[in-house]
Amino acid sequence: MSDNKAIEVKEKEAIKKEDGEPTREGVYYTPAVDIFETEEAITLLADLPGVSKEALDIDVEDRQLTITAGVKEDEAGLQPLYTEYGIGGFTRSFRLGDTIDQGRISATLTDGVLTLVLPKAERLKPRKIEIATA
Amino acid sequence: MLARWGYRTPGMWNEMARLSREMDRLFGETGTGTRAGVFPPLNLYDNGEALVVRAEIPGLKAEDLEVHATVNSLTVKGTRKATEVQGASYHRRERGHGVFSRTIGLPQEVDPQKVQAAYRNGILEVTLPRAEATKPRKIRIGS
Repeated sequence: MSDNKAIEVKEKEAIKKEDGEPTREGVYYTPAVDIFETEEAITLLADLPGVSKEALDIDVEDRQLTITAGVKEDEAGLQPLYTEYGIGGFTRSFRLGDTIDQGRISATLTDGVLTLVLPKAERLKPRKIEIATA
Repeated sequence: MLARWGYRTPGMWNEMARLSREMDRLFGETGTGTRAGVFPPLNLYDNGEALVVRAEIPGLKAEDLEVHATVNSLTVKGTRKATEVQGASYHRRERGHGVFSRTIGLPQEVDPQKVQAAYRNGILEVTLPRAEATKPRKIRIGS
């Protein structure tokens, strides 16, 4: 895909109460994600603008991966004149397949984007079988 | 009495506008007030000395962003690159990528020479100090 096309916009959606209320107070949004798979791993990229490393929690429990992030944008002394985005945390959960080696999950957070690498378990990686010639 | 009401009306309208903004903001926080179809989404504030614009633009480098200011407008431009990985199959693709450019009109005149911009954790913050001419000035009353 070319980078010259205009950006496609996805609206920031707040999580509705009927979807299950977060335990922590405040508004939570669903972050936009890209998930892609290679032979080695499944990689997840999530947009978390305004999130610092300290405010980010990644939990894996019983094959459920949960990303929770708090956002503290300081609005003290600022009178809002016009607003287009709401300020709140982010949360989203995914169910992991059997193929993921949960002990080797790694995460980095750069410029508001989380990169989560979920390596596949060694025994489940595809293996090329050599055919012996008689 | 009527005359007094007449004087008060502009103030009341301002008050109404402020209330309406506050309401929008409250509803915005429950998810209905955000504007669809624009990137990056911007919030505009006034801190008394300057206008402050914040934008949610995750995943860029400061050098990939261009910020231009005039006396009464602000333009934010850039390109969000797609992550292309050889041999990968995509399960989900929700993050937008491509070029973007937005210009907004400013409600007060600013001094373009003094504009500052910072990019941190995927949020761009531009501080636009108000032009000297628009700052409130105390007028001496001659006797």
